[in-house]
Amino acid sequence: MPIVLDADRIGRSLTRIAHEILERHAAPGGIHELALVGIRTRGVPIARRIAKAIHDINGRDVPTGALDITLYRDDLMRTAVGAQPVIRKTEIPFSIDDKRILLVDDVLYTGRTIRAALDALIEFGRPRVIQLVVLVDRGHRELPIKADYVGKNIPTSQTQSVQVHLMEVDGRDEVEIVG
Amino acid sequence: MKKDLLSIGDLTPDEIYLILDTTEAMREIGRRPIKKVPTLRGKTIVNMFYEPSTRTRTSFEIAEKRLSADTLSIAASTSSAQKGETLADTAMNIEAMAPDMIVLRHASSGACHLLSRICKSRIINAGDGMHEHPTQALLDAYTIREHKKRLDRLKVTIVGDLLHSRVLRSNVLLLTTLGAEVWVCGPATLIPPGIARLGVHASTSIDEAVSDADVIMMLRIQQERMHGAFFPSTREYFNTFGMTRARLAHAKPDVIIMHPGPMNRGVEIASDVADGPYSVILEQVANGVAVRMAVLYLLAGGAEGD
Repeated sequence: MPIVLDADRIGRSLTRIAHEILERHAAPGGIHELALVGIRTRGVPIARRIAKAIHDINGRDVPTGALDITLYRDDLMRTAVGAQPVIRKTEIPFSIDDKRILLVDDVLYTGRTIRAALDALIEFGRPRVIQLVVLVDRGHRELPIKADYVGKNIPTSQTQSVQVHLMEVDGRDEVEIVG
Repeated sequence: MKKDLLSIGDLTPDEIYLILDTTEAMREIGRRPIKKVPTLRGKTIVNMFYEPSTRTRTSFEIAEKRLSADTLSIAASTSSAQKGETLADTAMNIEAMAPDMIVLRHASSGACHLLSRICKSRIINAGDGMHEHPTQALLDAYTIREHKKRLDRLKVTIVGDLLHSRVLRSNVLLLTTLGAEVWVCGPATLIPPGIARLGVHASTSIDEAVSDADVIMMLRIQQERMHGAFFPSTREYFNTFGMTRARLAHAKPDVIIMHPGPMNRGVEIASDVADGPYSVILEQVANGVAVRMAVLYLLAGGAEGD
């Protein structure tokens, strides 16, 4: 089971992404309109870490929310057997109207999660821009979706799985390829 | 989860907690500007209400619409039941049009068990006679947990017309399963024989039952189901068992007062208690929508052995 990112690399990737975000939204007013929305489960701690990294750089607090996309999944009612996936709470305690939303997830794969997240997000309002931040892009897209900020591109085969472990959820920071 | 929700007895403690946790997530949808998710798109849900209902029917319909299901409602008064069609025949005819779920409220205990046997659609019991009303017990449990942060080791006192109450049966099953201490109280004529076998304390003294209670649940006097003299007058009933501020003083200082509705003010509950600071009666109604969304969502997926 090769480890492709360790705690140090994850930390540096997220700091770099925070810098890239600030650079690309440097236009007047841009930073004030930023907001982070993490996709449950592991997108949420990543979004919080990026918010902290931005705060460390320029002292600004970027509003941060959590989005559960289960109810928007395209495979939800297709399986005949098995229990329904557990739904967790969506918490977006700010208006997303006219905001520059940075949607955050751990792994970008088929793109179906992001499709669901976009559907979910626009029910909350009309953001000016939605951009996508992922820690790992592993390829194999099934939808026309592309990340704007990527921690690391990791070529994989479809039989493999990319597992992201984060301190807040799993007690350690590590990205590994399994299979 | 099983195919149908007919009784609280169909649910394991883990499934009850799963429904309550899912409810928590569903509640957030009700606070959005657009209160709708696409989850049950293309699913057809038929609400068959063979007994008068405002709260439960509205609550189910709102829950179904918030999940994007296609819904229609049938009331006994405007259906072919008026022409003498039996419930089983009506159900088989509706079944022939292939709905995904049927929500049934019926005056006969066990009516939804009959439908469960003859229908492939998932059946949700929205109250069957004097038997059960599972979604009411679930929304009560959710409301209690929200205030008390737990369900076990609480003294829950249920007062009123115990004999005719499906809310009582579902609540007793749920609360005893999760480890609450349940007291029931009412006139001896309205205490179902053998209720102690369900693991509850029965009392005819309201002061004893209410003493140190964490939760007090008042039940409606169901005049429409009473074929006999169970107590001399509603006025005497109120004097002996009605919830008043004076009686409330014996309960814990942070007690909550619940009522499944519809209320008979001045019969089982004084108006100043119903509208007072301890009352969570309207919260129960608000939580009902989210609980029903959770149940619809969890039942709509694949069930074991499907």
